Amino acid sequence: MSDHALDISLTVNGDRVQERVDARTTLVDFLREGLALTGSHVGCEHGVCGACTVRVNGEIVRGCLMLAVQCDGARVETIEGMSDSGEVADLQAAFEQRNALQCGYCTPGMVAAAQDLLKRGGVPSRDEIREHLSGNYCRCTGYHAIVDAVEAVAQARAGARK
Amino acid sequence: MKITDDSPPVLTALDRPNSYIGRSVPRPNLQRLTQGRGQYVSDVTLPRMAHVAYVRSPHAHARIVKIATDAAKKAPGVIAVVTGAELAKVMTPWVGVLTHLKGLKSAPQSPIAIERACWQGEAVCAVVARTRAEAEDACELVEVRYEELSAVTDPEIALDGKTPVIHASLGDNLCFERKLDVGAVDKAFAESDAVVETTFRFGRHTGVTNEPRAVVADWNEGDQRMTVYHGTQAPHMMQNLFAKHLGIAEHQVRVLTKDVGGSFGIKVHTYADEMATVALSKLLKRPVKFVADRIESFVTDIHARDHRIKAKIGVSRDGTITAFEIDDLTGIGPYSVYPRTSGIEANQIVNLTGGPYKCPNYRAQTRVVFQNKNVMCQYRAVGHPIAVAVTEGLVELAAAKIGMDPLELRRRNLIADDAYPTQSASGLKFELLSHHEALAHLDSMMNYAGLRAEQKKLREKGIYRGIGFASFIEVTNPSAAFYGVGGARITSMDGATVKLDAQGTIIVHTGVTEQGQGAEAVVAQCVASSFGVPMDKVRVITGDTDNTPYGGGTWASRAAGIGGEAAWQAGKALRANVVAVAASILQAKPDDLDIRSGVVVDKANGTERLPLDELARVAYFRPDTLPPGFQAELMVTRHYVPRAWPFAFTNGIQGCYLEVDTDTGFVKLLKHWCVEDCGTIINPQLVDEQIRGGVVQGIGAALFEHCLYDERGQLLNGNMADYLVPMAAEMPDIECGHVVSPTADSELGAKGAGEAGTAGAPGSVMNAINDALRPLGAQPLTDMPFTPDKILAALGKV
Repeated sequence: MSDHALDISLTVNGDRVQERVDARTTLVDFLREGLALTGSHVGCEHGVCGACTVRVNGEIVRGCLMLAVQCDGARVETIEGMSDSGEVADLQAAFEQRNALQCGYCTPGMVAAAQDLLKRGGVPSRDEIREHLSGNYCRCTGYHAIVDAVEAVAQARAGARK
Repeated sequence: MKITDDSPPVLTALDRPNSYIGRSVPRPNLQRLTQGRGQYVSDVTLPRMAHVAYVRSPHAHARIVKIATDAAKKAPGVIAVVTGAELAKVMTPWVGVLTHLKGLKSAPQSPIAIERACWQGEAVCAVVARTRAEAEDACELVEVRYEELSAVTDPEIALDGKTPVIHASLGDNLCFERKLDVGAVDKAFAESDAVVETTFRFGRHTGVTNEPRAVVADWNEGDQRMTVYHGTQAPHMMQNLFAKHLGIAEHQVRVLTKDVGGSFGIKVHTYADEMATVALSKLLKRPVKFVADRIESFVTDIHARDHRIKAKIGVSRDGTITAFEIDDLTGIGPYSVYPRTSGIEANQIVNLTGGPYKCPNYRAQTRVVFQNKNVMCQYRAVGHPIAVAVTEGLVELAAAKIGMDPLELRRRNLIADDAYPTQSASGLKFELLSHHEALAHLDSMMNYAGLRAEQKKLREKGIYRGIGFASFIEVTNPSAAFYGVGGARITSMDGATVKLDAQGTIIVHTGVTEQGQGAEAVVAQCVASSFGVPMDKVRVITGDTDNTPYGGGTWASRAAGIGGEAAWQAGKALRANVVAVAASILQAKPDDLDIRSGVVVDKANGTERLPLDELARVAYFRPDTLPPGFQAELMVTRHYVPRAWPFAFTNGIQGCYLEVDTDTGFVKLLKHWCVEDCGTIINPQLVDEQIRGGVVQGIGAALFEHCLYDERGQLLNGNMADYLVPMAAEMPDIECGHVVSPTADSELGAKGAGEAGTAGAPGSVMNAINDALRPLGAQPLTDMPFTPDKILAALGKV
């Protein structure tokens, strides 16, 4: 039962947010229902499918395995923020061009996970890309196109750095 | 790997100037999804919206003695607690039968169970509250007293007379049976040089859509209308069913389907909890939302593929297949699913087994029985993965038995490419297939000879790799023969309405729906090509029964072949109308004009005459300047339904290359190939991605996915940690190839491509595993999924 509510203060996509939340509310439910940021999706609700992947203080986390109250004072970034800042624009364009998404439900989490890999720099191998995305479930594509898109962006970013 | 740009068009009979047919243009609607700005039903919120959670039976079979709801009704946020008996006043029950599946029977099913729960997970009471969390809290306060009944779980004993009958009114636990005996089967087996007999088992599995089933129902008492935001593949079918069982007219129901987070056949059926949610909205006169959580998905989303098939093949020394025989048994849960029934999968297995081959002797029997597990029904590639695995498993076992290369044995038996039109032993009618060309293409694409040499060399080092194949046929573009003739109001036609707006842009409303396959792109490509505008001048609207033409939706690989043809024809018809307007403005002959890249031009030399925005300005705002009696018609609708053939069959062949770790039983997939023939290819990239996604779903069936039940009908692994699905790290790259044999039934010539991958993958993986283990003397594996323990058992190591 929701006997415990707490006040939290955090930034979400750069905006300051102060809300009172039930202690039991997960981060992804808080984002979706409290802040109407519906780009983060709920798939399995126990940390397996990765549809709720968001960034907290720069690290990707499962929004369904973290409570909103744990984010007091944190910096949270969702697909909406990553899109508006332009940070993942090249990944999004590659996913669109390569048809690396079909229903699109896994895509926000997949893009966040791919960006987490690519921002380390270098050009990962296809196996390394597959390994890094292995916590993000996609039922539609069979992953081949996603690996292609991520690989292409890694190569393009490496080329741009030269 | 680099992302290749859109390919230039290949010249075909369909080519108009600047045609998009045959081009890998990106889908026009993807940015919304990559930015997380789609609108899935689970994202929808409405004013005064309440949330429903269901109390579900913990027993596979139980009498509901008493439901005490007082405590739940007093819980914080609760709006209503509603039992099955109370909801029955708002919605009538249904029975999932089709008249063309002769003898198929089922019992009436209610939105919420009344008196008896027949599977673990069946809803027995609804709790509606301000939030989902409050509804779930109150569910725990609903006290249901059950009297547990004996559960029928094993199909093998469902019909034995000693087993309790689940629905007494039906007399027995038999839902449907079919027998077929063609040619001279016994004689053929007797005259065969070799006969192989084995039993195949297929693990019950399910769709695991990333977005669970979701519905928001909004009854407006003032309008007397029901608006349903529904993640469905078939909005018009659902409009009919909601209306029928609420006792209102179809025009009082609007089904809206925006983004859908995966479907694969899971979202084309009637679900009791979705029907209940719609009924609750009517009862409470406010919007009610239901989104299945993951455990609810596992115990209520349709399951599929749970079959045991005793199978037999005869072959002569020269490799000629003499006969096929199958005896299929399947348990489909306590009800045949409404309205498509749970008999179709078994029926397809009887129809499809042996289908690629010219063998005239075929005997089949299937029995579909009731049991106290979750229901089974049509899931991507319905019946195909089973029929293909059985057929191709038998073919490769026979090849091994007579010492013939498995591709060579296929070459000697596949229906010849010049034999069409023809039909299978089971009576399937084939317009034009290309088995031999597809096989030859696969042979060279995968460098088969090279792989065999590599396999041989590695075996000497104790590395066991296998190569397996599966030829297949696939049902696509179904005509009314699929459901309409059986009495279901599931249309086989589809429509497109095309209009030129006041700025010269083309707006298309289509009856097909989009769940990620790219149906909107295909429809846009067809209209842009046949009308004559760039793709960015076409906007496609789907999923709204108030506004889109009546259509079947997207299932059975029909959206491109049927919806695409309707769009193509609508675009052509609008072009003729617009050319007529241009001719009257320009005082030219319509026959001398065309529309190319959004401009009216002289047909002969392409000279630009009139931009479409200028034409639209005149037609909409200065019609007074047009000749007297001339009326511009800037909106047209065309429908299409396949008539010449019951189905547009496609064909293809898959190849799998893998390595088995003989110490751990783990299978590493190295590479997968698929050559398929879906007729005219409208968008090569979309076809390839349908194949790849489908292949991986089939690999899931072969290696991982299994709904494990105990003998009391309890699902043991209803979560994504215990029910394994294919993830990126274990999947191979998949290479696709194509042969093009268009159907003459439509101008486009496109057949479907959505299920070919799933149809062939399990069989090819199975054959590759057995190929890898054959030199070790392992018993052939025929019991999917092929988990490490089964592989080690076959090797005699556990």
